[in-house]
Amino acid sequence: MAAIAGDFSSVPALPKWVLAFLLLAFAYGVVPLIGSSYLFEAILLPFLALSLAGVGLNILTGYAGQVSLGSAAFMAAGAFAAYNFNLRVEGLPLIGSIVLAGIVAAAIGIVFGLPSLRLKGFYLAVSTLAAQFFVQWALTKFSWFSDNSASGVIDTPRLSIAGFALDGAIGRYLFALTIVSILTFFAYRLVSSQTGRNFIAIRDNETAASIIGIPVLRTKLLAFAISSFIIGVAGVIWAFAYLRTVEPDGFDLDRSFQILFIIIIGGLASIRGAFFGAALIVVFPLGLSRLGGFLLGDGFDSGVLDMSQRIVLGALIILFLILEPDGLVALWDRVRRRLAWQST
Amino acid sequence: MTFLSTIKAAALSAAMIMSVALPSAHADEQYFPLQSYRVGPYAAGGTGFFGGFIDYLNLINIRDGGVNGVKLTWDECETQYEVERGVECYERQKSHAGAAAWNPLSVGIAYAMIDRITADKVPLITVNHGRTDSTDGRVFPYVFPLLLNPYSETSGIVNYIASKEGGIDKLKGKKVVVLYHGSPYGKETIPIYELLAQKYGFTVQQIEVPHPGNEQQSQWLTIRRAKPDFVVLRGWGVMNPVALKTAVKVGYPVDHIVGNVWSNSEEDVIPAGDAAKGYTAITTQASGNAYPVVQEIVKTVYGTGKGNLQDKSRIGSVYHNLGIVNGILNVEAIRVAQEKFGHRTLTGDEVRWGFEHLKLDPAKVEALGAKDLFHSINVSWDNHEGEGYVTFQQWDGKKWNVVSDWIAPDWALLRPIIEKSAEAYAAEKGIKLRTADDANAVTTN
Repeated sequence: MAAIAGDFSSVPALPKWVLAFLLLAFAYGVVPLIGSSYLFEAILLPFLALSLAGVGLNILTGYAGQVSLGSAAFMAAGAFAAYNFNLRVEGLPLIGSIVLAGIVAAAIGIVFGLPSLRLKGFYLAVSTLAAQFFVQWALTKFSWFSDNSASGVIDTPRLSIAGFALDGAIGRYLFALTIVSILTFFAYRLVSSQTGRNFIAIRDNETAASIIGIPVLRTKLLAFAISSFIIGVAGVIWAFAYLRTVEPDGFDLDRSFQILFIIIIGGLASIRGAFFGAALIVVFPLGLSRLGGFLLGDGFDSGVLDMSQRIVLGALIILFLILEPDGLVALWDRVRRRLAWQST
Repeated sequence: MTFLSTIKAAALSAAMIMSVALPSAHADEQYFPLQSYRVGPYAAGGTGFFGGFIDYLNLINIRDGGVNGVKLTWDECETQYEVERGVECYERQKSHAGAAAWNPLSVGIAYAMIDRITADKVPLITVNHGRTDSTDGRVFPYVFPLLLNPYSETSGIVNYIASKEGGIDKLKGKKVVVLYHGSPYGKETIPIYELLAQKYGFTVQQIEVPHPGNEQQSQWLTIRRAKPDFVVLRGWGVMNPVALKTAVKVGYPVDHIVGNVWSNSEEDVIPAGDAAKGYTAITTQASGNAYPVVQEIVKTVYGTGKGNLQDKSRIGSVYHNLGIVNGILNVEAIRVAQEKFGHRTLTGDEVRWGFEHLKLDPAKVEALGAKDLFHSINVSWDNHEGEGYVTFQQWDGKKWNVVSDWIAPDWALLRPIIEKSAEAYAAEKGIKLRTADDANAVTTN
């Protein structure tokens, strides 16, 4: 153990930006060279999209303290808006569609954030359900959103930036990685800015925050707008880079819960937490399922196998949360601290 | 610390196991990746269909030693009918060598796979469902909505309603409600019902039931107010028995409800109890276990304990028989391709060629032990549906009874609509229309 600890002991001493740089260098430089198509298509792309959605929701729920169950609706709004901008506005570059899609999602977020001025906690969560049901209903009801496609499923256009095609798995991975990196950096700067501190102040004590002069109304709506923008862009990644077909049903309440669980398990009020949580929620079940298939394989009914994986996953989540109610991030930090302490 | 190190050890061993390469197929094996679903709201369809499919593959292996000596293999990956899981399964299973064809039995998953399988050149079979315009083989070289695409189904149902009313000209002024499942599958037929309504002069009202469909009170109250002459049930899974029970509650006569091809199974009517007595539904394959091929499966596969269905009373049920028919179509396509390319493991593109030359006339169907189980199929390079015939069956409370002859849908009417839709897709995607010569160019390695 001491040998492993020795390797880790120097890590906490490094400045944060060096770590981030190393991670990005690895993600850009090494992963595309060694990854298989399975790694990109089935693991990294959903992981990146849901991580970004988690980052977005964490700004709203973790930092500003407003519980939302409408995340999937904002993802859907982003995905369908990007599709329609791309389809209907001639000559608009892809990046333009994505930014506009984020703005549409942000606008919807502001509208459904209005009840937060009166409602708190569970009551607010229930009212954000309205966003979830309304957006999904509107996208299903008005076939204009899906370009009158018979089945309501849209095929997303091929990804290309400045004439450079990003069709392959690696291209779509790099596309997603770039957007996620930029928005995560933005979120990271935001939460350590005055605005971020305002969010935290409102979360911790709304009355006190308003007494010291923080505009509660504006700050809450800003949190909804920024969070929905990021979640909307996550929806674009989900649709354009990952699945490449989209239907409103893919953004149901289950997806909203999934994103909420990501930030609860990963760690509230932590940017890194969204990535930890998404890793657990997206990657872990796949690992478990492959392990189960490998160990028990043909002998078992695949349905039974799937059910037992769910039980194992559920038990592990309970175990994690009992051991560390503050999420995987806190667990990770504790491990690192202890390793560093042991080695000294 | 002990807990953490245990986790660490477990994660490490998991990573090590996963990094071990999957065993590759031997030279004489043809592999079927099965994206099945045995849990979730649609498990009844999944277990029956994949059960029948696997039973037929087993029959070929046990009775014939494979297809001309090429053993059939498969593995299952659970999708729960969810698109993301289906895509993950696709990525997981595609690395396996010698894949013959994909059979996801889910429109959503099939849509998400079209680009992927086209790039990989492996056929995608959507028997009795799928994307209607993929019938046009000029635009969708690798997608096969075999036997019955959703438009043909619609045409068959409308023709049946017309026959009940006394002729196609009697449809004028009638009112039909379509109660459809709120999914890509359910919505697929909205435009064709509108079009047929215009053409034949009946009015149509289409009402959505949100997935999964276990609450339909408001939809059926709307139907009661609308007083339609017929209700077409375009359901799936739990939506169907709930619809039949709710119909009784609001007093709509069950013998005026016509089920579509995914509302036609025992699993749809038995849970509804007496409410289902007199309900009629379309099908491409009759139910029952009297057919020679089903009998052989009972004897050879279940007799040696290799049967896939846990509940033996489901042998010969609608989904199980559809799985068997799907097995026949897949295996015969491989046989056709083997005659051309040799008795060996085929590439996906060679199997595609086999599907495009899959012609089973009634005599051939009888030789396969499936006389009256299904009618015939005639696939070509540009018609990927293959002119399947339909029949109608009525539930008497215990079993399905066939109440019509084999009926041909109005293909001539539908083909131009399908071509138009496929050409629009081709234009949007920048796909060059394939010709007969392109179809004969086959990738053999």
